[in-house]
Amino acid sequence: MTMPFYVAPEQVMKDRAEYAQKGIARGRSLVASVYDGGILIVAENPSRSLHKVSEIYDNIAFAGVGKYNEFDQLRVAGVRHADLKGFAYSREDVDARSLANLYAQYLGNVFTHEMKPLEVEILVAELSTTGGEDQLYHISYDGTVTDEERFAVLGGETEVISERFAQSYERDWDLDRALGAAVAALAGADRALAPADLEVAVLAQANGRRAFRRLEDDELGRRLAA
Amino acid sequence: MGFPLFAPGADPGPDFAALVRRLEPGGLAGAGRPATQPKPAPPTGGLPVPHGTTVAALRYADGVVMAGDRRATEGNLIAHRGIEKVFPADRHSAVAIAGAAGPAVEMVKLFQTQLEHYEKVEGVALSLEGKANQLGQMVREHLPMAMQGLAVVPLFAGYDLRRGTGRIFTYDVTGGHYEEADHGATGSGGRDARTTIKLGWRPDLGREQAIELAVRALYEAADEDSATGGPDLVRGIYPLVATVTAQGYEKIDDTEVAERFAALVGQRAGGQEGAVRS
Repeated sequence: MTMPFYVAPEQVMKDRAEYAQKGIARGRSLVASVYDGGILIVAENPSRSLHKVSEIYDNIAFAGVGKYNEFDQLRVAGVRHADLKGFAYSREDVDARSLANLYAQYLGNVFTHEMKPLEVEILVAELSTTGGEDQLYHISYDGTVTDEERFAVLGGETEVISERFAQSYERDWDLDRALGAAVAALAGADRALAPADLEVAVLAQANGRRAFRRLEDDELGRRLAA
Repeated sequence: MGFPLFAPGADPGPDFAALVRRLEPGGLAGAGRPATQPKPAPPTGGLPVPHGTTVAALRYADGVVMAGDRRATEGNLIAHRGIEKVFPADRHSAVAIAGAAGPAVEMVKLFQTQLEHYEKVEGVALSLEGKANQLGQMVREHLPMAMQGLAVVPLFAGYDLRRGTGRIFTYDVTGGHYEEADHGATGSGGRDARTTIKLGWRPDLGREQAIELAVRALYEAADEDSATGGPDLVRGIYPLVATVTAQGYEKIDDTEVAERFAALVGQRAGGQEGAVRS
């Protein structure tokens, strides 16, 4: 009978965290922010069909960075959870908090028990329908949930981007200004991002029951030029 | 409710009804599940169950108009005066129901969820043909209940964004669905509604004319069929009329429908019964 080598649990966790962080850092980043009409999500994503930002339910959106197949699987599970809940109870009973908790449990479970942690970081955004605060739940690869009040940055260089974005952030700004600041924060000083490099969506009260809407390239170009 | 993740081989894909079946066979109010073995129950006249009645749809220049009366009956009693039988299925289609009200409304709810679920999971909406087919499958799964007297017969219409035209589908209790060229109607007063539309339909109808024709069809159906409700001027309950165009589903405002009926009733009272308008 062979005895496995003893590895300290601290070391195991550290190795796993490092592995996940490396995977996430390979991808591009994403910024989400509240503005006066809802929530804006801007991702750096040259693909038009492999989405990083998607609709989950009436007022809930999902965004993910890292390994596409892994966060897309989480997105579909979220859509399923929300639709099942809305069908069994009522549309009003579907909320982002319980969804964020489920994601956190799952990610935490995979992080501690599986061979390989998921190389993803996700965001569950919920637009308030009652005039209260909008919610941004930022969930990392190990299941840690952070409830952000104003904005969230996901991906590799979060510290640098957060700093840039925090400097320009203003309370109750409009969509054009929030979009400009988000794109500038993602690009940094020595790069420029064109509409074709971006995937942008909003959760806006003005859109009616299904608040989620993608901003297509031409609208994006117009708004960025403004 | 657990976290709905599946192994690649067992994934239900974008099908909501299959997802429900996978998670809890026979659960969630019977969504998408064929009723258990049909027992040799009394075929009709057993329990008093509310039934919905006349719904009609017709094509016009910009899309389709769909209309339904508001009465539900239990035998020869009026069970409900304000039931709605026309629903948005998604942004570009509408579904109307005739038959046993309870299962019909449940079917519409499942259908709406199914269309939205598919759109969100796949990232694109189903084609209009695909939606019509989905609804057909739901009606077919309902067949055992239909055999026990709880038939549901929907009417489906929508705007086909790929072809740039309105399209109408009628159904039978077995789930068979048939595309209608210009108009369709179902329910106990469906025949009268169909005849009225057939006589007044022209290929180039505008929005106003199409709504007027739909309103007239329901009026005639209510005139001949006791299970179809006409305009209720006392309570201010009017049939539900909606249009589906490239811009999407739009319910016509009650005041506009009320005006149409007022004009129609005035015309009838003026002794022009049966007169054909040019």
